[in-house]
Amino acid sequence: MNGRKSIIARRTILTGGAGLLLAGCDRIVQIPAARRILFAGEEMQRGLHRALVDRAALAPEYTAAQRSPIFRANGTRDPGTPEYGAMVANRFADWRLAVGGLVANPLSLSLADLRALPNRRQITRHDCVEGWSAIGQWTGPMLGNVLKAAGLRDGARYLVFTCADLYGGLPYYESIDLVDAFHPQTILAWALNGHPLDVAHGAPVRLRVERQLGYKHAKYLMRIDAVASLAGIGKGKGGYWEDNVDYDWYAGI
Amino acid sequence: MDTRPVPAGTDAGAPPDPAAAPGTAIRRHGLATRLWHWVNAVAVIVLLGSGLGISNAHPRLYWGQYGANFDTAWAQLPRFPAWITIPAGYNLAISRRWHLFFALVLGFGLLGYMLWGMIGRHFRRDLSLRRRELTPAHLWADVRAHWDFRFHDPARPRDYNVFQKLSYIGVLFVLLPLAILTGIALSPGMNAGWPWVLDLLGGRQSARSIHFVAAVAIGVFTVVHLVLVILAGAGNELRSMVTGWWRVPQ
Repeated sequence: MNGRKSIIARRTILTGGAGLLLAGCDRIVQIPAARRILFAGEEMQRGLHRALVDRAALAPEYTAAQRSPIFRANGTRDPGTPEYGAMVANRFADWRLAVGGLVANPLSLSLADLRALPNRRQITRHDCVEGWSAIGQWTGPMLGNVLKAAGLRDGARYLVFTCADLYGGLPYYESIDLVDAFHPQTILAWALNGHPLDVAHGAPVRLRVERQLGYKHAKYLMRIDAVASLAGIGKGKGGYWEDNVDYDWYAGI
Repeated sequence: MDTRPVPAGTDAGAPPDPAAAPGTAIRRHGLATRLWHWVNAVAVIVLLGSGLGISNAHPRLYWGQYGANFDTAWAQLPRFPAWITIPAGYNLAISRRWHLFFALVLGFGLLGYMLWGMIGRHFRRDLSLRRRELTPAHLWADVRAHWDFRFHDPARPRDYNVFQKLSYIGVLFVLLPLAILTGIALSPGMNAGWPWVLDLLGGRQSARSIHFVAAVAIGVFTVVHLVLVILAGAGNELRSMVTGWWRVPQ
């Protein structure tokens, strides 16, 4: 009986230790220094990826038969603003993509302009941060070519994508570095599976940045700005989710 | 004929260990083993807790390259309760921060320990299985010995018994590497760099399913391990994993 009692006591100590560790994690993350160390994991992962993965290494591409029967739409499914509604009503005839910031020649591109550029067609996998994946075929010009036409000025380090939608009342935006901006699979997609993008998937144009998670693939694009720093844009962390819920800016994992 | 059950780990061919008489204290675990054990223990618990938090974001498992709500899931997981997830409330961003930081601790910790164990011959000396240990008679004798709570061969109490060896080999060389490899397969950045990982595992959603199964197996190992530590004498076992000194049971 005594032996059993002491076994129960020991069990309480051991499993209690694991339980304390779980509960302790929530306290630890409130300590600024500990939080900085934990959040430094993102920089370590990014450094590892940049060291292990060639800058031009391609994300896997798939065959038409490997596509998802239904490509799930997520995030904003309809911006729902009067301005966006007006663009849908005239089938984006007046939509223009502004390319500005630290560029030599600011651009204003129509859908016809984008389609007239050399387009890339790629069947790739879209991975949501939540864990699901969908495979679809995307068509659009390479962002790198658009940026070459605009001519990046010295000091440009990031591209910031401004979207037409508000998410939870705040403007959705995203940003990537120049490695991903000039990656051959980074395109301004205007078609999914051979059809012009529908509203749920980001009409008229969304970003595809195939080596990162879904929230980086900004939908409903309105502006692209080359910038030297992400500070001062939004809350300074480079994107809606990064600013508001601590998602990693580098979403390659 | 002697019909008494053979004590666990009895290795008829090996000479008895005269330095390990009952009641004496012996050096059981090297510094590298002890360091790795505790670093890894923290990493595994944090990874399991944060992993269950991540699972709650999309608690469905699929086979193949793709898988989302409209596709057929082979498993619909329960919503894991707050007491077992990190953080306690649902917060995918913070679960991921914990998970991806401690994934590095686990991965590089295991890498370092593997190198040490191979160069320092710890694995060959203490974990290699002898043919006679795998005979049905020996395995059955060891099952009965476990049933009687006898975990050590009185002649060579320092040695691991066959089920200990098998489970340590399984965790070190199968489950932990599998969890790491399937974790790498979940990263779209690493998919571009090491596409062979994805090919080996049959697609990202298969990798995600295997990652979960491996995590469950590691969780089961952890629970069984804790129970056996308690049954074998928690104080003695804990001290041996902290200071290295273990007292041979009477």
